[in-house]
Amino acid sequence: MAEALRPRPAAIKAVPVRHTGRWVAAVVVLAIAAEVVYTFVTAPDLHWDVVRHFLSQRLILQGIVTTLELTVLAMLIGIALGVVLAVMRLSPNPVVSAVSWFYIWFFRGTPVLVQIFFWFNLASVLPYIGLGIPFTTIHWQAPTNSLIAPFLAATLGLGLNEAAYMAEIVRAGIISVEHGQSEAAQALGMTRMLLMRRIVLPQAMRVIIPPTGNETISMLKTSSLAFVASVPELFTRSQQIASANFRVIELAIVASIWYLAMTSILTVGQFYVERYFGRGTQRGLPLTPIQRFRRMLVTFHAPPPAPAELPVLLPRGH
Amino acid sequence: MNTNPMVKAEAVHKSFGRLEVLQGIDLEVQPKEVMCMIGPSGSGKSTFLRCINHLEKIDAGRLSVDGELVGYRERGDRLYELPDSEVCKKRSEIGMVFQRFNLFPHMTALDNVTEAPMRVKRESRAVAGERARRLLERVGLAEKVNAYPNQLSGGQQQRVAIARALAMQPKLMLFDEPTSALDPELVGDVLDVMRGLANDGMTMVVVTHEMGFAREVGDSLVFMDGGVIVEAGNPRDVLSNPQHERTRSFLSKVL
Repeated sequence: MAEALRPRPAAIKAVPVRHTGRWVAAVVVLAIAAEVVYTFVTAPDLHWDVVRHFLSQRLILQGIVTTLELTVLAMLIGIALGVVLAVMRLSPNPVVSAVSWFYIWFFRGTPVLVQIFFWFNLASVLPYIGLGIPFTTIHWQAPTNSLIAPFLAATLGLGLNEAAYMAEIVRAGIISVEHGQSEAAQALGMTRMLLMRRIVLPQAMRVIIPPTGNETISMLKTSSLAFVASVPELFTRSQQIASANFRVIELAIVASIWYLAMTSILTVGQFYVERYFGRGTQRGLPLTPIQRFRRMLVTFHAPPPAPAELPVLLPRGH
Repeated sequence: MNTNPMVKAEAVHKSFGRLEVLQGIDLEVQPKEVMCMIGPSGSGKSTFLRCINHLEKIDAGRLSVDGELVGYRERGDRLYELPDSEVCKKRSEIGMVFQRFNLFPHMTALDNVTEAPMRVKRESRAVAGERARRLLERVGLAEKVNAYPNQLSGGQQQRVAIARALAMQPKLMLFDEPTSALDPELVGDVLDVMRGLANDGMTMVVVTHEMGFAREVGDSLVFMDGGVIVEAGNPRDVLSNPQHERTRSFLSKVL
């Protein structure tokens, strides 16, 4: 403090390098993209008025609701069962672990379309489904067709298949948590279930959330396979209309616009959920898209940001 | 008056596969005693520490804490393995501090300290929170209650970890090289906290490389090498006048 400080030299002012290559590349890419879009938009037999008309048609909107219901229910089944399967897979009990392994092997190894088909047609081989207690007369049963309606068939097919994928995602998340964490929790007297729920899973979330977001977005689109079980979801509805007015492409575009809108919303949601679960692991939270867009406008001319400006991903002390 | 030693080991053996890391450890830690364990890495100090709260199972010998066998119940001349719930209960009475702190990164300092009292002992948030604040103040981190671990320096993290272990009101504290991962200038704060604990009469087993701490705070010192205790005794005597060649050569390298 006592010493006299040398004056800080003025900040460097220099003429920026001309990034001619960047500008040329941008123009070329934009030109190609514009050409492709133009070709489709002006296709002679593409009736955009039909697209516009059906975009907000009641049947389509009902289809969207069904699609969302299917997606949410199938993902809920997938996540819940996936967590159970992942914990089973890591269990010290070899039988429990093997059952989980077998489930994943089976449901990941057969196409989801076939699985939906299977549930939908279950009644043809198993006319009645019943529950009973062995060696007693207590028994309850009902016709399969009344139990497994098309919607349930599709939900089961999608959800049970999803569980196999979610199990692997959750398992990867659990394994990613440093062993010292469960050791510290054990040393405090926590049981395996408690430390899983309070210590390991919350930290595994950071690894689990991004692929789960992808799975949800993927599920939203995969739910269109419910078409084969005649579930009146978005794609089924659009094709029902198309079979009446023969505007197949226009109605496929209608469905696509809605799928895109929904996946876009999910993408934004995923970003904020990831930000939430990143608490305590990153010193600077990642930029929101608006912040990033602003920064991009500023830095388009400039060289890429120095590493110091990027959010620090590593925890302190490594 | 309770005359049981807090920790009693008789011919404790432990192997990892073919490697026998503990080859017959005998020692006693009396209540309110501070025992320091030193020795080269791989000598079995940390493994022994982890056996005391049953993070590792011993293969042979007897190991008891406060007069009760670790991990087993003895009836007649048979041993019965304890169920998980009882192992957990016994662990909850022994505090442990790790070399790498192992704080829960998704919780604030305060939540790190209140987590086990609330979830394991079912204390109310008010009771656990009150004690946690007092403990964090005691380790000099009163203003850091709401900080996440990665916003704290290594020394601060380790002090939160000590507060976390103390929150369970343990009868015994185990320290596994608590200052080995710290920058040299941060070691002092952590040692000060441990010195304070020792002065308050906490029973402590400390695996450490801090010879100054061992000399000044330790009531006894154990030098381990190759899975056995080579030399034990009063820290001052062992450090200034080692009897064994192996102890001498180790001390000449670290002092």
